[in-house]
This record gives sequence, structure tokens and C-alpha cells, in this order.
Amino acid sequence: MTGTLLSIQGLTKAYPGVVANDTVSFDIQEGEVHALLGENGAGKSTLVKMIYGLVKPDTGRMVWKGQEFAPPEPRAARASGVAMVFQHFSLFDALNVAENVALGMENPPQMRDLASRIREVSENYGLPLDPYRTVGDLSAGERQRVEIIRCLLQDPKLLIMDEPTSVLTPQEVDILFKTLRKLQSEGTAILYISHKLEEIRALCDHATILRLGKNVGTCTPAETTARDMAEMMVGDTLQTPTRTAAEGGEVILDVSGLSLMPSNPFGTPLKNIHFTVRAGEILGLGGVAGNGQDELLAALSGEALTPSDAVKVKGNAIGHLGPNQRRDIGVLAAPEERLGHAAAPNMSLVENALLTGAARKNLTSNGFVNWKDTTSFAEDIIKAFDVRTPGSDRAARSLSGGNLQKFVIGREVMQNPEVLVVNQPTWGVDAAAAASIRQSLLDLAAKGAAIICISQDLDELMEISDRFGALNEGRLSAIRPAAGLTIDEIGLMMGGAHDMEVSHA
Amino acid sequence: MIVLEKRPQPSRAWSLMTPVVAVVITMIAGGLLFAALGKNPAEAIGTIFWEPLFGEYAFFYRPQLLVKGAPLVLIAIGLSLGFRAGIWNIGAEGQYIVGAICGAGAGLAFYPMESVFIFPLMVLAGALGGWCWAMIPALLKVKFGTNEILVSLMLVYVAEQLLASVSLGLLKNPQGFGFPGSRNLQSYESAFNAELIEGSGMHWGVVAAFIAVILSYVLLNKHILGFNIRLTGEAPRAARFGGVNPTRLILFCLGMSGMLAGLAGMFEASGPAGQISIDFNVGYGFTAIIVAFLGRLHPVGILLAGLLMALTYIGGEIAQSNLGLPAAAIQVFQGMLLFFLLALDLLTNFRIRFAAKGAA
Amino acid sequence: MDLSAINPVLLIASLMVAATPLLLAAIGELVVEKSGVLNLGVEGMMIVGAIAGFAVSVETGSPLLGLIAAMIGGALLSCLFAFLTQFALANQVASGLALTLFGLGLSALMGQGYVGVKPPAMATLDIPVISDLPVIGPIFFSHDPVLYFGVFLTAAVWYALKFTRIGLVLRATGENHDAAHALGYHVIRVRVIAILFGGACAGLGGAYISLIRVPQWTEGMTAGIGWIALALVVFASWKPWRVLLGAYLFGGINVLQLNLQAAGVAIPVEYLAMSPYVITIVVLVIMSRDKTSAPGSLGRIFHASS
Repeated sequence: MTGTLLSIQGLTKAYPGVVANDTVSFDIQEGEVHALLGENGAGKSTLVKMIYGLVKPDTGRMVWKGQEFAPPEPRAARASGVAMVFQHFSLFDALNVAENVALGMENPPQMRDLASRIREVSENYGLPLDPYRTVGDLSAGERQRVEIIRCLLQDPKLLIMDEPTSVLTPQEVDILFKTLRKLQSEGTAILYISHKLEEIRALCDHATILRLGKNVGTCTPAETTARDMAEMMVGDTLQTPTRTAAEGGEVILDVSGLSLMPSNPFGTPLKNIHFTVRAGEILGLGGVAGNGQDELLAALSGEALTPSDAVKVKGNAIGHLGPNQRRDIGVLAAPEERLGHAAAPNMSLVENALLTGAARKNLTSNGFVNWKDTTSFAEDIIKAFDVRTPGSDRAARSLSGGNLQKFVIGREVMQNPEVLVVNQPTWGVDAAAAASIRQSLLDLAAKGAAIICISQDLDELMEISDRFGALNEGRLSAIRPAAGLTIDEIGLMMGGAHDMEVSHA
Repeated sequence: MIVLEKRPQPSRAWSLMTPVVAVVITMIAGGLLFAALGKNPAEAIGTIFWEPLFGEYAFFYRPQLLVKGAPLVLIAIGLSLGFRAGIWNIGAEGQYIVGAICGAGAGLAFYPMESVFIFPLMVLAGALGGWCWAMIPALLKVKFGTNEILVSLMLVYVAEQLLASVSLGLLKNPQGFGFPGSRNLQSYESAFNAELIEGSGMHWGVVAAFIAVILSYVLLNKHILGFNIRLTGEAPRAARFGGVNPTRLILFCLGMSGMLAGLAGMFEASGPAGQISIDFNVGYGFTAIIVAFLGRLHPVGILLAGLLMALTYIGGEIAQSNLGLPAAAIQVFQGMLLFFLLALDLLTNFRIRFAAKGAA
Repeated sequence: MDLSAINPVLLIASLMVAATPLLLAAIGELVVEKSGVLNLGVEGMMIVGAIAGFAVSVETGSPLLGLIAAMIGGALLSCLFAFLTQFALANQVASGLALTLFGLGLSALMGQGYVGVKPPAMATLDIPVISDLPVIGPIFFSHDPVLYFGVFLTAAVWYALKFTRIGLVLRATGENHDAAHALGYHVIRVRVIAILFGGACAGLGGAYISLIRVPQWTEGMTAGIGWIALALVVFASWKPWRVLLGAYLFGGINVLQLNLQAAGVAIPVEYLAMSPYVITIVVLVIMSRDKTSAPGSLGRIFHASS
């Protein structure tokens, strides 16, 4: 089991305006866990889509066990023994587990046989699943199990995992790693994509590092320091935020007994949430995606209304107020999804500045929009937050993720909020932009604002929060000072492993 | 192989060009259709597009352009507000009918009294009638989440039955020798929506259409409500985040389009048509949908599109009497126009690239 | 007025006839919507099917050829919709409306020479012995073959959606087209096929009106049945057997109001004639509380950008 399973030779794929992969070459050995490391936007996803047959390379070739390998579609890739666990987009909420699994197989057996095989394989690998449950009702960790089981039923030679741990609690990560090691011991090669260095050091035999679409080096993770890998990945030295911890000021935001039914059928209900945030303080809220983050942001931004005294600002009940009324009193928010929620994709940056700035920046009088003031507000944001764009008349969707995120955060910060709620402020953003966004949050807190940062990036939360809490199935854990928390403690706050005992696996 | 590439931002040039290109392609395709019907295509196209404007009897047809264009523009302006916000009122035909019934009914209630207050009262009644009819789908959508497309359309059929009922009953002309229709409002001075300038075709409905164009332009470009309408259509979630109240927006857009359609119906019944009759409605409410899209949901575009569509109506009638071109051919022609427009719209947001298949 | 003139057996038999065009169009649309596409052009495809079927059966003298032509006609028109929405990525609501407006015009043009013509009659399947049974015979066993085909089609669609691979892929495509694409299914291909199927069903439904139910050709003779079919799919929560139930319910209302008109009930004719539309609205209101069963990607535009 030492032969080369897949050899990637000079793959190049260009999209308009960006070269996603530029002559990337590396080999994956049989039975090894090979890491593909890189920042968001480094070209990892494009590369694995080429291996899986979803995208065709412009130039370059692949060799699979000595044979030329150019899958025209995923079906062909699966037939050769490639299986993939996606980061997003590959489950069907309204269908049950067995149907979801069947859709990923070439020749699925009868449903009843399939169901019993799902039970069997899932128990075998320590990932219990009920084949007849509707996928929309499952937790993020369980959903990933569905994907993994779907792959395992096909006896893959190469299992591709795209950012598998971003949706898991630390305990669930342990279970996943046990499963992957078991697979490796059975001779399955794993291509493991991540930007989390510690995971890669713990799990992988070899690592290939991508930066801006190029292979910038390979290493043996166990023998390389995290710092060296990070430098290869990022390319230049980072500016780390400087925290000037403020003494606890007065309580600005007081949430008590907040419960909320979600607006869509697959949302998470919020259950009796209590917390307070003081002036100058950053409260970090961790938790696996889909545990009530979107709903909490909606309840605080005013998109979802609650009983009025569930949310209080400086002692005034505001639960019944809509988004603009809350903006009037200084409660601002920046949702996770940039395109379509925080900003309208086809509208210009000026129009997007009006979207949340109208109330607080006095951009309208008698309902008539003052476009001149709005334009200068947009341009102030662009300047102050170093948003790279040819002009404020550009559509939001023409900006890169990092630049748009800087605009979205900047738009709220520039309005001098008393309370700012951000969800995933640096998701999918390059390291330099992420650092500057975090710094702007810290600066805002230093000026006395109360900030709530909801994020799935624990490193980020540890870096900027004063206190930390975690959401789990719509409930909020006790809030604890961030300094001195261990990963195990955080994991338990996030709810540990869902529906199963860690030791059992 | 043809590849579609999403443009980083919508192309303004193509957004202006597509309606023009669509009209040209429709003329070509329409020509082929007319040829297939055994007519000389050049002559048919010429009759439709040239004759009403510059032909021998243009002095007669030009005013008609305003008469036919006004209801189309009036209705389409209303529809465009909703369409921009993703609210699909396709029952304007019904609101047009109900507006006409209410408007004419308000006038006839006072017959034969003469007063300067009667016509304004009819205008109010017409607007109110259309508004009420559109409030049915609006309230059902707001209260129960019912699909406004289906409800507003079902109400067209209901309104048609209502029209038949009043033509034969409530509003029937007592001196009409049993014909199904109301008194002729053209001979009832206080209720007659007469031409403002003799021979110009300009009646109050035309004035209302121009005012609607201007107000809707101001609303969409200068006012926060117009911004909210556009925002809701572009990104409903962002609109919610921006503090837009979807309920109020639905009520406003549907109510507004119903009101304008009702007004159009009222002006038509009290002016050019002159009466309520069983075959009063001729499909303006549906053609206005084409007008709204052809005008790219932009007030000025709608004005131009309304006039163009009026031209095809008038030219079509001329072609019908001169060349024997079937009326249905014009309907097909209008339908094709919408098809080509929708297909070409692609170019606004996408670039088409021709690539060799399987470049390795 | 004389309500005793209404014969319940004939009423039930004729409601099945009245329901069939609705059933055919709605089953087709159900498949289209299950694939994630909202085609509002049902009315247009029905009316084109009605005239295509009518013209061909008059010219050839064969009702069967007429029915086939109607299916082809409906499918051809739906090709336009498929092109607009799947390749030109046009808005589905606008494209569906365009299809209806275009179809109404086209059918009027095609039907010019056929007003007042009588089509060849379609034979009923009088099954020996059982069709002579009292009550049951006329209700269940003496109809035209298309009526039975409608019921068969409902069963077939139900079976295909629930138990077959094709049905599973179709549902998956409608549920989440990005995921289906990521797994390597051809979203656009699946949808185009569904749209063509819907077109053929609507065409057949239209021809049933012009060849069997009425039977003659008049402009705009579908009179909103295509739109009611769309409402029926919502009513049925995207479930085939409930489409059948709903179609019979609407057919029943329609036949009943026609019977009441004939019987000379004191209610004015116009109010009876508007009742099916009013009842459709009422039903829509009742059913629209339950949104969860709608396909997840319904009406959304799919473009594989990477």
C-alpha cells in the first residue's frame, strides 16, 4: 500500500478575472491522509471539484493508479473510487436519510436493504444514524454523518473531505478523526482540506499548501511547526489585533428569557436565552452552525420581534421594535450572509449604504432620499475601511468577499453604534481583511460600544472576546470569562457530541 | 460550446438595448409569420408600424395612439411597482373592469342630474373600485399567505361575470331596446370624459397616465418607499434587514396597481368606450403586462412601450381591414415580443462566450 | 325550477368528464413543480393543445391522432418555456405569463377555419356486461379511454415519484438544485424533460375539452382551467392522489353549477358561472397555510456558475 494512488500534474483552471489553480502538482499515496491546506479562496475547492469531475481543468492531467484520469462527470469519478464529503450543498432537507444516501450511489439497492446497510455501516464506524429520519431535522454533525455514510457505502479508494470540522464540536471532531483513522487503516486514502493547522498536524501524513491558486510547498505536518505552515499559507506576517481590555462599564444590552420560534420550518427555535453585555465589552458566542445563530441575530436586529422586555437596551424594552427603530437608538447588526442579507447583490454600494444608514445618518427627509449625502457616506466607508472597488456606483456582487465584508462591517461601525451584533464577521475573508475587521471591532469596543460577536471560528473568539458563551440547539450556555478557557471546556459548552457518548466510539 | 459568464455587474448598455433589439427581431419573426399567412411581410409590417404614424390617414390614427396607449401605460405603471418588488398582480384586467363598473355606476346613479362634481366623483369611485378588487388578493396574501398570482387571476373571471351581470341588470340602459349595456355616457355631459383638445385624443385618462409616469419616476428614484420596493425585489432578506415591512409593501403595491387599473377602466368607460357593456374589456390588463416588461419596469420605458403597443393595436386594425390580416396574428405578434425580450434579457446579466468544447 | 331534473348518476358520470382536463393538466404541472420549476403557462399550453388536437382530428378524421397532436403541440410550446427559463435564465413567472399570452393568440390564429366545425367523435369504452350495470355501469365503466388514462397517469406519477430512481432524482432536483448538481445530476436536463412532460399533459387536457367534453372549437375555450390546474397543485400539496381528489371536487362544482343553471334555480346565471373561480380562491386560502410541502427550489433560477 505504498503506490501512488492519484498523481496531479500541472492542473490549471482559470475563471474570468481569477486563476483559481495555476499549474498545481502533487501526489496522493495509497492509504495516506493527505492535507490540502490553504486560506479561503486559495483554490482548494476548485482543485477537488476537478478530481471529482465537477469542473474540467483548462490544462494539465491526472493519473489514477497509472491510468490517465479525466472524469467527465462525478458519476465517472465515483465509478473509479473517488468519494467526496461536501462542505455545503449536497443534502436534501425534505428527503430522508436513506433517500439522500441513494442519490449519491450509482446502483442503490432496494430501499429496505439500503436502510439496513446504512444501520450496519454507521454502527460499524461509530456514526449511528436512523435511515428513515428527515435530513432537515438532523443536527449539523448528523448531517455530515449522512454524507460520510453515503461515501463509505461505495468502498472508496479516495475520500475527499472539504472542511469537515467547521460544523462540528471538538468532541465530534474526535469521533470523526477516529473514523478517518479506521478508514486509513483499511487502506483508504483521504484528501483532507482545511485551513486549521492543529487538525492537520494531528491527522495528516503529508500536506500540500496552496496560496492564490499555486502549490507553494509540501511538508510533513507532524514535523513542521504550525507557525511555519501558517507562513506558507498566508505568505506574509500577520498583524495581530491589540486588545486594550476595558473595565466593565454599565450594562447596555440585557437579554432575558428570550424565546423565539424560527420563521422557516428547518430553523432552530431559541429557548429561554439570558445574557448581558456591558459598555466596552465584546461577548463572543460560539457554537456549531445551525444552532440558533441566525435566529439570535434576527431577534437582536429587529428582523424577528419578541415580547418587548425580552430585549432591553439601557433599561428600555425594545423587543417589539423593528430594525429601523432599533437603529435609531443605536442597536446595529451585520448578518452572516453578505450577498442577499447584509447587502443586495445587484444594487450599488451607495444604495447598500442607504440600506442600513438611512435612519441614523439622516439620509432621508420626508421620505425623500438625499443621494448626495448617501454617496458621501458610502465613500467614507470605502475610504475608512480600505474597500477595494473602482467606485461607489459598483454593484455589491462585483466586490470580492473580503472587500464586501469590510464594507458591511464598516457601514455599521461608521454609524457609532451603542450595540453591535455581528455574525461570522470574517467568514470566507482573507487573513489581512479578517485582521482589519477584528481590529475595527476592538476599536469600537474601546470607544464604549457593547459588541456581540457570533462566530464558528473559536480562534477568532478567543482572540477578541472578553467573555464567551456557546449556542447549542437554541440554548445559550453559561457565559464565562474567555481568558483561561480550555478547548475541552469550550467543547462541553458547545454541547459535546450530539446524541451519542464519546467514549462509546 | 456556448458558455454563459455572469457579469460582475448588470450591463447598462444591454439593459437599454434589449427592448430595441427585441422589437427588431419580433418584426423579422412577425414578417415570417405574416408571410406564412400569405401576406406580403414588408407590406404588413409597414402597415402596422408606418401607416398609423405617417400614412395618408395619420391625422386620424395619431390621436388614437394616445387613446389606446393611456390605459396600457396607466395599468403598466401600477403593475411595474409590484413586479419590481416580486409581487405579481396579473389580474389587472379584473381591476380594470371593476373600476369601470364603479366609475360608470357612480355617474349613472345621478342621471340625468348635471353637476361639475359628478365626474370627479366617478374618478374616485373608479379608483376605489380597482383598489378594492386588488385588496382581495393583497389581504389574502398578507393574512393567509395565499398566492396572489392565482387569486388575482381568478378574480378576472369573477369580474367578467360581474360585468355581464350588471350589463344585463343593474346598469342596463332602460331605453336600450334590450341590448346588454348601459346608457351611453358620451351623451351625458357631466359624466363624459371628453377630449380636452378637439381632435388630439387627449382626455383625462391620458393626463392621468402622464402624471402616473412622473410620480412613479419620482417614487422609484427619489423616495425611500421606491427604494424599498426595488430592494424587496432584488433581495427580500436584505429588505427585511433594512426594516422594510413586507405586509405594508404588499398592500401598497397591489393597492396602487389596482387603483391605476381601476382608473384606466373608468376613463375608458366614460370616454372612448362610452358605456359599460358585456364585451367592454378587450384585454388591456393582460397587454399591460407585456408593456411593463417591454418598458423594463421603468416609468419612461413603460411610456414608450405603451405607445409602441398602442401602435401595434392600431396598425393591426388597419392591417386587418386593408390586408385581411387576422386579429389573432397581432396577438401572436405581441406575445412574440415578450418572448424575445425575456430571452434577450440574459445579455444584461451574462456574457455569452463561444468556447471550443473540451479544451484540454 | 326543477331540481328533480338533476340525475345524480349522470351528475357523477359527467363530473368525471369535467374533471379530466383539469386532472391531466394538473398532474403534468405537479411533475414540473416537483422538479423545481413553476410554469404558469398551463393555460396557454392547454389552449394550443385544444386547437392542435381539434385541427388534426378534423383533418385526419382520427381522434387518436388528434390527441397525439395535442400532446406534441403542448410539448412544443413548453419547449419555448424550457428555453427561456433553463437556457436564457429568464424569470419563470414572466415566462409563464408570456407562454399563456402567446398561446392564446396562437390558438386563435390556428383556429380560424375551425369555428363551428364538428370533430369526429371519440368512442367510449363500453365494457360488455359491467357497463350495463345500473348506477355503477354509467359511472365507472362507460367513459372514453382518455378519462381512464387520466386516472392511470395519476397512479403512474404517484408510483414513479415514490418508488423509482427517476422520481427520486426529480424530487431531489426540485428540492435543492445545487446539491443535485454537486452530486452530478443534470439539473437542466431533468427539468427540461419535466417541462416537456407537463406541456404534453396540458396539451392532452386541452384537446379533451375541444374533442370530447364540448366538443367544438371556440376561442379561449379553456376559460381558466389551466389556472385552476395550477391552484389544484397547491391544493393537493404536491401529492398526486390529492390532485385527483381535487380535480373531481372542482369537476363536481362545475357540473353542479351547470345543472343548476339548466334547472333554472333562482340564482342569476352569472353568479353560478363565477362560483368555480370563487371556490378556487376559497380553497387556496384554506390550503395556503401549509407551505412546508412545496419543493425547496421551486421557481428559483439555476445556473452552474462553477
